Amino acid sequence: MIEVTDLSKQFGDRAALAGVSFTVGPGTIFGYLGPNGAGKTTTIRILTGLTRRDGGLVRLNGFDIEQEPLRCKAQFGLVPQHTNLDAELTVEENLLIHGLLHHMARPDIARRTEELLEYIEMNDRRKVLVKTLSGGMKRRLLIGRALMHTPGILFLDEPTVGLDPAIRRRIWGLVRKIQSDGTTIFLTTHYIEEAEFLADRVAFLDAGRIVAEDSPAALMAGIGEWAVDYLGDNRLQTVYFGSRDEAREYLVNRMDGLTVRRVNLEDAFISMTGRKIL
Amino acid sequence: MIRGWTAVYLRELIILRRRLAKLIPAWSVSPLLYLIAFGYAVGRHVNVGSHTYLEFLLPGLVAMASMTQAFAIAGEINIARFYWHIFDEFQAAPISNLAYVLGEVLAGMTRALLGGGVIIILGTLFGVVLSYNFLFWIAFLLNSFVFASLAVGLAMHVKSHADQTLLNNFIITPMAFLGGTFFPLSQLPVWGQRVLELLPLTHATKAIRASAFAEAAHGGDYLVLAGVGCACFIFAVVSVNQAKS
Repeated sequence: MIEVTDLSKQFGDRAALAGVSFTVGPGTIFGYLGPNGAGKTTTIRILTGLTRRDGGLVRLNGFDIEQEPLRCKAQFGLVPQHTNLDAELTVEENLLIHGLLHHMARPDIARRTEELLEYIEMNDRRKVLVKTLSGGMKRRLLIGRALMHTPGILFLDEPTVGLDPAIRRRIWGLVRKIQSDGTTIFLTTHYIEEAEFLADRVAFLDAGRIVAEDSPAALMAGIGEWAVDYLGDNRLQTVYFGSRDEAREYLVNRMDGLTVRRVNLEDAFISMTGRKIL
Repeated sequence: MIRGWTAVYLRELIILRRRLAKLIPAWSVSPLLYLIAFGYAVGRHVNVGSHTYLEFLLPGLVAMASMTQAFAIAGEINIARFYWHIFDEFQAAPISNLAYVLGEVLAGMTRALLGGGVIIILGTLFGVVLSYNFLFWIAFLLNSFVFASLAVGLAMHVKSHADQTLLNNFIITPMAFLGGTFFPLSQLPVWGQRVLELLPLTHATKAIRASAFAEAAHGGDYLVLAGVGCACFIFAVVSVNQAKS
């Protein structure tokens, strides 16, 4: 369980986080959506003890990250936005070092390494130096490494950024599998479809503040089910409708080049903030 | 308090082992040049007290190697920090800053031992065999403890890999030449000797040289090295704590 209350962080004159509060229940995937610079990574860095907060409270499974940092850090695994694997070590050695950092006994490390290499489908790469792996494999290994000590909470900071769609979907499958094992997942992303597919609840973060928090369906329901995109005043405009028939009716006698589609989380974000996520 | 230091140390050892075939020849180049140029060519007909210049030079080079190789851990830390972002993996793990510093300092001392070993072997090839006794190794380890700890502390303060070169230029190079490695400090005016006694390497060179010549060691040198080493170690632990933004 993750409990965050009135979290704030200032970088110079700029408020990176200005009173952020949320709770993530056990076993749920919490999507944290916002444009670049909204404060997503800052939140994760504070929650994982990499950056100090200026104010507020953070508790992970009941432990405060600044009062009891070591007990708190034992609760979670972290998949950072930028790959931080040890490139000069093999796949197996990366898992070994992580296990030792989490005070695991050698036999447990050996057993867990077997399980995880199977889990992330990298059994045949165990002796390979990390620097020779592809981007997708590095991402899978980052997730595997974060799960090495069987944490109750997993932080995923933009886990599929820069990956091609096929590999992205493979990672999504892996995340779903991790959730089914009972792990609480905190996911930051600016891929709308990723949040829609994975998250049980979503928070919209804009300029260091949470502007909305609900299930993806509830967030989208407020603006209608269907959208028509058209070019007006030299920019893409969107009109929302409650049903597909209403949207079709709108198209009658209008020029070509209009697109009818289902509404998504980005529509909800734009309607609340007036800005796009990407 | 120190649980987890083995992970930090083992990581450095694995990387060191993987690079060792390249590192040992690289570590041999400078000492070999010093031995040939200063020890063999220039100093062939020079005696320092009752010893040949080559015999005088070798313990100095060992002391210098224990400093430079231990300090080189700073470069490794900064590659891990700025290039591979591995420092975050350590900071997100349930280990104390003390455990992290201990692992890195021991890794620096291990590098120093290997670098010192290379010089002793080179010295043997040049026909210089000294007394590598218990006090010799104590002085060697204390000196490497000082500079590995200093390296870990300073590595937390540099903002880029380029800054690391500045540290070497301003700290290591002057100390290497002024710490009694190449010439006896007794040849300097008294005030010069007093100033250079502020450098930890001066005490390391004196202690390592005295023990290598099987002469009476000066306990004060060992105490200074132990004291400075502890101060640098505390500085390193505090610096790791401050490195968090």
